[in-house]
Amino acid sequence: MQNLNSYRGGPDERGHFGIYGGRYVAETLMPLILELEQAYKAAKDDDAFASELAYWLKHYVGRPSPLYFAERMTRELGGAKVYFKRDELNHTGAHKINNCMGQILLARRMGKTRIIAETGAGQHGVATATVCALFGLPCTVYMGKTDIERQQPNVYRMNLLGAEVIPVTSGAGTLKDAMNEALRDWVANVENTYYLIGTAAGPHPYPELVRDFQSVIGDEAKVQMQEAEGRLPDTLVACIGGGSNAIGLFHPFLDDPDVAIVGVEAAGHGIDSGKHAASLTAGRPGVLHGNRTYLLQTDDGQIVEAHSISAGLDYPGIGPEHSWLKDTGRVQYVPVTDDEALAAFRDCARLEGIIPALEPAHALAYVTKLAPTLPKDHIILMNLCGRGDKDIYTVASAEGVSL
Amino acid sequence: MSDRIEARFAALASEGRAGLVTFVMAGDPDQETSQAIIDGLPEAGADVIEIGMPFSDPMADGPIIQAGGLRALNAGQTLRKTLAMVAAFRKRDDATPIVLMGYYNPIYSFGVDAFLKAAVEAGVDGLIIVDLPPEEDDELCIPAVEAGLNFIRLATPTTDDARLPAVLRHTSGFVYYVSIAGITGTRAPDVSVVSQAVERLHRHTKLPIAVGFGISTPQNAAAVAKVADAAVVGSAIIRRVAETLDDAGRATPETAPGVLSLVKDLAAGVRGARQ
Repeated sequence: MQNLNSYRGGPDERGHFGIYGGRYVAETLMPLILELEQAYKAAKDDDAFASELAYWLKHYVGRPSPLYFAERMTRELGGAKVYFKRDELNHTGAHKINNCMGQILLARRMGKTRIIAETGAGQHGVATATVCALFGLPCTVYMGKTDIERQQPNVYRMNLLGAEVIPVTSGAGTLKDAMNEALRDWVANVENTYYLIGTAAGPHPYPELVRDFQSVIGDEAKVQMQEAEGRLPDTLVACIGGGSNAIGLFHPFLDDPDVAIVGVEAAGHGIDSGKHAASLTAGRPGVLHGNRTYLLQTDDGQIVEAHSISAGLDYPGIGPEHSWLKDTGRVQYVPVTDDEALAAFRDCARLEGIIPALEPAHALAYVTKLAPTLPKDHIILMNLCGRGDKDIYTVASAEGVSL
Repeated sequence: MSDRIEARFAALASEGRAGLVTFVMAGDPDQETSQAIIDGLPEAGADVIEIGMPFSDPMADGPIIQAGGLRALNAGQTLRKTLAMVAAFRKRDDATPIVLMGYYNPIYSFGVDAFLKAAVEAGVDGLIIVDLPPEEDDELCIPAVEAGLNFIRLATPTTDDARLPAVLRHTSGFVYYVSIAGITGTRAPDVSVVSQAVERLHRHTKLPIAVGFGISTPQNAAAVAKVADAAVVGSAIIRRVAETLDDAGRATPETAPGVLSLVKDLAAGVRGARQ
């Protein structure tokens, strides 16, 4: 049962966060999902699993990631103090590996011998290929054709790491289509294959276990902020595509009522343009990829393609826990456009010497709007969840520069 | 409860033969051609008609059925139009069972109660919803049964004896055995394995067992019809639709007759199987 006095008690036994979540999958996959749930329960109760994960996070991923006071950014904005949680400094350059490390250890415990994954920007694909190389498991990554074209460096990285990248041509060839194709692979290879989902979405227990593996971000930040400021932050800000970096930062703070929490969605060319990925702002509840959640869809219940300059936010859904947090009002969700994110991307490089990924550039764009309106003793903590090396081609092309 | 399915399988049993279940995608390649195909199916030898409700993200389907769904959506197909096609069919044929097959989101978007009412009025007999396992029975299965529709469940090679009772609990009409672990229209099933699976299912249920996924030729259909109560053919029919289109993807005069001629061949295979 969910504890009604806590925002941290979900999901219930059937994988629901309020009306969201659940297990909407084909019968072929149902026994696998139940098996995964059992395996995860057992792993959670096993101290050996926790210490194994802690070992790899420390020595291979490079955790804890620093908490960094962005002093020049703070001065430039002239209001609240801005801190970055530097998850872009993890091995492979993003938060994605926190989850991949947890899941690959789980897959090994379950005796699975083949790993599949979907990827949008390629960060999750790279992180999955990395842990597969580390543990010597064959890896197949499904990636939309459109995303392959705009994220060539990550495709090459995955190949270097020994993964097979399969282009997905159905639909618009983006993250949603890659996820469909990964599910089709899984249905056809149930015996040996582990599906390593990259975000806090999909059928139960994925939203829960991805959240748990990403919560290392918020758990560390809580301790680090106490050391830096002797108190909790006033406002948390993180970008959301599927929502895994955001839920990882937010979850440990959900029951701290004085901490305001903001998730930033990709508004693409603007909400009114119809070309965006803001499922919470402009979508409505529906069922896709194994869970009920807010979705971008037509009146007839057909899923529509999302748009964002950031391939990692380009998804027409959102993790189910975010849908619930929106409805309960605990977290506020706001849209930020491509142009605003690009401006923040440049500001961060120029002011802090950090080239952020386009995904957290969305979060930063909101911080640049929010901080000037707040007093100097207000603390904003933003998750800088990925580095921007992968995005320089996209940004250059948006500026008309050819590399 | 709609009893066309029960009546049809009882009739098949008394004829001593298996049935042919045909899957077509509503609105593929356009509504008029699709209606002509559906209207012609009983005469061509289909015993039960499954009508696909197109969805943008058909996770359990292979490329052939994905393409058929996309053609239908591009031609403007909606759930409301699909129901209207069933109603039009029912004016001509009050005996052939109609089962709607698809994914949950378009129904959820339509509204479960409104959909069930419209489906009953149109003359639908059953539903197969791929992404609603028994764990989510409260969503649609139980309301559908209460509204008088059969809820037909998929059983798969991964559904073991421990899980079967839960899968069968609210199932009525028939059980759809998915002959391979995989997506539609890929590989052909091994008939001896299918035969064992059907025997296993019969130990758990008195319902007829239809077997599908990967049955593409009259010979495959005949082989399955020897061991199961019905053979389901889908991708092969949708492939025939695709083969008859012009370069712009539009229907030609060959489309409906071409599909119905394939169904006749499949029906001959099924009807001759046990002779």
